[in-house]
Formats: sequence, C-alpha cells, structure tokens
Amino acid sequence: MSTLVDIINAFALLSNFVLVPAISYGSQLALGALGVTLIFGILRFANFAHGDLMAFGTMITILFTWWFQSLNINLGFLPTAILALPFAIILTSMFAIIIEKSVFRFYRLNKSPPVILLIASIGVMFMINAIVRFIIGPNDQRFFDGEKFIIRAGEFKEITGLSEGIAIKSTQVITLIVTLVAVMLLFYFLNRTKTGKAMRAFSDNEDLALLSGVNPDRIVLITWIIAATLATIAGTLYGLDKSFKPFTYFMLLLPIFASAILGGIGSPIGAVVGGYIIAFSEIMLTYAYKKFFIYLLPDSLSPTGLVQLLSTDYKFAISFLILVIVLVLRPSGIFKGKTL
Amino acid sequence: MIDRLKTQISFLVMFFLLIAVGLFQSWSLSLAIFNLCLISAIMALGVNIQWGYAGLINIGVMGFVAVGGLAAVLVSQPPVLEAWSAGGYGIILSLFIVLIVVAIIFLIRRKIKKIVAKRILIFLTIIIGLVLLNKFYDPAVSSIEAINPAKTGFLGGAGLPIIISWIVGGIFAAAIAWIIGNVTLGLRSDYLAIATLGISEIIIAILKHEDWLSRGVKNVTGLPRPVPYEVNLQGYEWFINLISYINNNKLSKIISIDEKNELLRNLVIESSGLFVKICYSGLLVSVLLIILFFCNRALNSPWGRMMRSIRDNEEAANAMGKNIFKQHLQVFILGSAVLGIAGAMLTTLNGQFTPGSYQPLRFTFLIWIMVIVGGSGNNLGSILGGFFIWFLWIEAEPMSIFAMQLLTSSLEESSLIKSHLMESAPHLRLFIMGLVLLITLRFRPKGILPEKIRRI
Repeated sequence: MSTLVDIINAFALLSNFVLVPAISYGSQLALGALGVTLIFGILRFANFAHGDLMAFGTMITILFTWWFQSLNINLGFLPTAILALPFAIILTSMFAIIIEKSVFRFYRLNKSPPVILLIASIGVMFMINAIVRFIIGPNDQRFFDGEKFIIRAGEFKEITGLSEGIAIKSTQVITLIVTLVAVMLLFYFLNRTKTGKAMRAFSDNEDLALLSGVNPDRIVLITWIIAATLATIAGTLYGLDKSFKPFTYFMLLLPIFASAILGGIGSPIGAVVGGYIIAFSEIMLTYAYKKFFIYLLPDSLSPTGLVQLLSTDYKFAISFLILVIVLVLRPSGIFKGKTL
Repeated sequence: MIDRLKTQISFLVMFFLLIAVGLFQSWSLSLAIFNLCLISAIMALGVNIQWGYAGLINIGVMGFVAVGGLAAVLVSQPPVLEAWSAGGYGIILSLFIVLIVVAIIFLIRRKIKKIVAKRILIFLTIIIGLVLLNKFYDPAVSSIEAINPAKTGFLGGAGLPIIISWIVGGIFAAAIAWIIGNVTLGLRSDYLAIATLGISEIIIAILKHEDWLSRGVKNVTGLPRPVPYEVNLQGYEWFINLISYINNNKLSKIISIDEKNELLRNLVIESSGLFVKICYSGLLVSVLLIILFFCNRALNSPWGRMMRSIRDNEEAANAMGKNIFKQHLQVFILGSAVLGIAGAMLTTLNGQFTPGSYQPLRFTFLIWIMVIVGGSGNNLGSILGGFFIWFLWIEAEPMSIFAMQLLTSSLEESSLIKSHLMESAPHLRLFIMGLVLLITLRFRPKGILPEKIRRI
C-alpha cells in the first residue's frame, strides 16, 4: 500500500520534472507570444521574423554581458545578463523601429493585404538571421554566470527527508519573476494608460480610432518597441535557461505562434495562457510516468512500460499538432481573438 | 511582344551566367548548379500553381518535398524480407487500426447530433485506438529495427527502378495534400500559412524518428541511379571512342602512344562525371518541359480562368456558382503533387535520403523567394526565378567571400576582425536572399516576368 510519504514523493517527482521546467518554458513562450499577438493586433499580420528578432535581442545581451565580464562588472549571485538586458532592449527597439521605417511602413501606408506583409516579414527574417549569424556565428553560446541553483536536489532531500528531490535553478526563478513583472507592467500599460487604451482601440476598430484622433504612426512605433522589448526579454531568458543558438530561436517561432493562436490571436491574456498550455502539454505528454505510478500504486499494479504518451522525439511536434487542432476546431482561440 | 522579348533576354542572361561559371570555375560545377536549378524551377512551378493561380499560401513546401524523397526510398530500395516477417504483420495491423479509428470518428461526427455525447464518444474512440496501437505497433517497430540495424533496420521498399518514384512521389504528396487540404483550406491566408508550416514540421519529425519506415536520421544512402555509373562508363568501348573522337585534336598532337593513352584515360575519367550530369540534365529538362506544357495549358484553359477569378474575387466567383473549397482543394493537390515529383527527383539526384537535411529556410522559404522574384502567376517567371535564385544561392557564397577580401584587404593578415569577417562571410548569402526578396516586393511586386494581363 502506498503511504502518505509515497504520495508526497510522487508529487515531488512530478514537480521536479514537469511543473518547474514547464513553468519556466511556459513563461518564455508567453513573452514571445505576447509580442506576436501585439504585432498581429495592431499591424494585422503574422510576423515570421519574431523568432529572429528574439535571437537578435539575445545576441545584443550576450555582447554586453561579455563586455561587462571583461570589465569585471557583475551582479554577484545574479547573472550579468540581467544588467545587460536594459541596454539590449534599447538597441533592439531601435533596430525594430529601423525595420518598421524601412520595410513595413511602405506596405502599411499602401494598405497592402496582410499576405504581402507576411511575405515581407519572411525577407526580414532572412536578413536578421544573416546578421545574427554574421556577428556571433551559428554555434551554441552559453552566457550564464552567477549562482546556478537555488535549491539542489540533494539539499532538498536532506531538508525534507524525502527520497525525491526538487531542484530549482536560479534561471527558472528569474524567468518567473521577470515574466510576472513584464506581464503586469504590460497589462497596466494596456488597460490604464491613455496610450495603451488608444492601442486597444486601434486594434479593435482602426477607422473609429483614427476618427477619435489616435495617431497611427505613434501607435505602430510603440507596438514595435513593446514587441522588441518582449522579444529581447523572452530570448534572453530562454538563452539563460538553456543556451543561445540562432537556429533554435528560429525554430521557437512555431511554439510561439501556437501559443498566440491557441489563446486567441490579438488577445494578450490569451497569449500568456496559451504559452503555459503549450509548455505544459509539451512536457506532460512526453514525460515517462513510470516512477510516478510506482510510488502511487501497490506493487502488484506497477506499470511495466514507461507509461509515456509520446516519445520525446516528438516534443516539438506537439505544439504544431495543438496548433493545427486549434486552427481547425476553434480558429478564434480560447479567448476569442480576432477571427480571421 | 515586349513581354516575349523580355522573357527571351532574361533566359539568355541566365544561360550566359551558367556558361560563365563553366568557363571561370568548372564545367562540373556549372552542370551541378544547372541540375539543381532545374529541380528548383519545378518546385517553384509547384508553389506557383498554388500561389500564383489560386492565391493559396502554402508554407509547408518542405513537407511535400520530403514526402517525395521518401517515395524515392520506398520505390527503389530492395524489400527487407526478414523485417517484413518480423514486424510487417504488426505494422499493417496498426495501419488498419488507424483507418478504423478515423472511420469511426467520421461516423460519429455524421450520425450523432448531441454535442456532448459526440465529444465523449470521439475521445473514447481515440483512447481505445491508442491502447490497441500500443499493443501491436511498438513490438512490431522494435522487432523491425532490431534486424541488422547498421544496414537495414527498416522494411525496405519495392525494389523497382527509381525513376518510377518520380510519379509515386507525386501521388504520395497529392494524397497528403488531400488530407491537409481537407483540414486547413477553410482557413484564411495567414492561418493557412502557419498551419502548413506546422504540418511540414510534423512530417519531417515523423520521417526523422520512425526508423522502420526510412531509417530516420540514420539515412538511406546509395540509392540506385536512373543513369549509368561513372565506373561502368569508363569501361565501355563506345564511351572511350566517343571521348577520343571529341578530343581528336588534342590527342593527335601527341606522338608517344603511352602519353596518348595516359591522356585519354584522364579525359575519360573526367568526362564520365560530366556525362552522368548531362544524363541527369536531360531527364530533368524533359520532366520540366512536360510539367510546363501542362501548366501552360491549364493556365490558358477555362479552368485557369476560373482559378484566376477565384483568386481575384472569391465572392464573385462563388456567386457565379463555383465551389471555392473544392477548387482550392484541387489546385492545392495539383501543386503539391508537382512538389512531390521535385522532391523525388532531388533525392534521386543526391543518391541519398537524409531527413535531417530538410530545413525550412532552404526548402520552403527559398522556394517562395523564387516564385515572388520570378513572377507569381507566370509559369516562365517561376522557372526563371528558380534558376536565378538557386544560382544566386550557390554563387553568393564565393561572391561574399570575395567582397570581404576586398573590404578587409587593408587590414593586417593576423587581425582578429579580419579572420572573423572572413569566417562569417558565407552567412551573408541569407542576407542577400532577404534583400533580393524585399527589393522585388517593394519596387517590382509582380516579379521579373509579371503575369500577363489578359484582355478579352
């Protein structure tokens, strides 16, 4: 028979391998999806260059981190990247504004169909991709420094006396805190400030907003700045947690689109919820529950297989699958975004 | 008239560019570029059928190309009988289970009206199906993959000549397109783009990880060729005679017989590679011409007119009694079939199937650049785009290295900046591609060879 300790052990196991990683991955996806959803809501096109914009922002963070490290500036137990982040945000925002002025503005003023903007974003994607690879190279970069763990699995076991430990990496906590702050600031901005309200009005009904005296150029610029900020934060957090590789960031585009569409594209709250749902399903569907059930079930019922719904090979494919299912069954997403 | 002249001049320029590569670099490289240009042109035609004729935005090109490549493996490889006897039964049974589950779900959707009951029943069917699959599929897969994993470890193919796979690849891709189209074509353009991108990634994931099907990332190499092998060619009497006849001038100048034979042998070895490439070119050109013939016929027929009317004004076409969904599905299947054919041809040309090499930048977005730059809606335009962009894709690398050398020539040989710049120069070709796309889109949105405006 399973005792109380066994049950606690089972859930500690689940927290360590599912809950904690899924929360940090979900936060990174949520930040990325917020950027995509804002661009879609205001500029009305699916921005394929967002993954590469994330890579660009992260690259700037890494360059600043290296510079600070060479000057022996650091934040003690926190990673130096946190210090570099504000500079990277400023530079990436400027970069995004340059892109808007030189590429997207023309089509926006000409009232081109969204598909043309989408194709233009593919061109931008190629160019940013080349710039990132040109400057920092296509290889893996690790730029994490500072204290690695908040609680190690061993320490946790000692403190609680359980046989399963929960390890919490400091990057995971940083991810969660930064995401909470960023999302709260964004929602405050969108719901309480005049500019934020103007943005929402513009997204809801462009003509009506223009009639009410909303300046479209200003709205678009602010949207790009916010999107670039979120992209830099999301990219840096992902890079701190795992590692930075331009190609991986390009591949992140699909889970991010999946999150935005699942939540309802154009809806900020939907993007956040979508990000966590995608992250949890990716990790939960590929986790092998064998040990979990060994703790919970009596010996006679113990599973023989791995009790894994899908092999880990298909981790990335899950988000695409969810994306396709959502698109087919409920294209407006959970929070009724813009129906296309 | 001017249109026609422009087309001729564009293709002439392209032809001279390839000749220039032959003269300045090597003929072998020139032919290699030419062959891939041909395949790119066919892929661009496939995308043009979907985007240029009907305005469907399919960003899943890579998936269809890979399915075509799979066809090349499944047609040409000899069957692995041991694997079939070990796990073939289980695999067939699993496929059967999948089909039954899908059929039952369709029945439930048709027959049962209550939404809650419908959802519960569908969910139960899927769960039961998964449990059954687990029972038959996994043991079958592991027993197949256990058989001689270093060499086979998969079911093998039909053992037929590989050229048949060019048709089979088209059929495979068409079948997949039928499924995908039924699911996604109701969506509007942006969503269709994202959905197809996702589906193509799923296809690649399956090809990478289902080892029993095509060895996954272990790759299938040494596919049979539709053209002679160099080694065999070098032994044929007629080939040696042909070479000595062509190079008669050069050979007759040499008096010593030993030297003459030595030179002849070198020439034969050198030209056998060229000859193989020319054989491929011949095959590829004939396929391209056949597809182009049908594309032109289709575009100029009432069917093509209907497609354009649907593209330009869906509501009006619908009001005239055209079934938009049906026509979209049709054109989606046709375009995908062409992509599948191109995929099978590419795998045949490479002589190997490597699922790991399918990357969206190269196999989806690059093809899109070809169509946009060449001229969407114009068949010859897409072909020109395929040629031009592929040429640029290959030649951008030496060009950017050359440009970097000029740029950094004032810097010292040992300078860190110089070595970094030189090392990173190849990545500039992505930059050039993006720039070409953006410039075309901005200043010449209809492409190099725009679609003909037809007036009645």
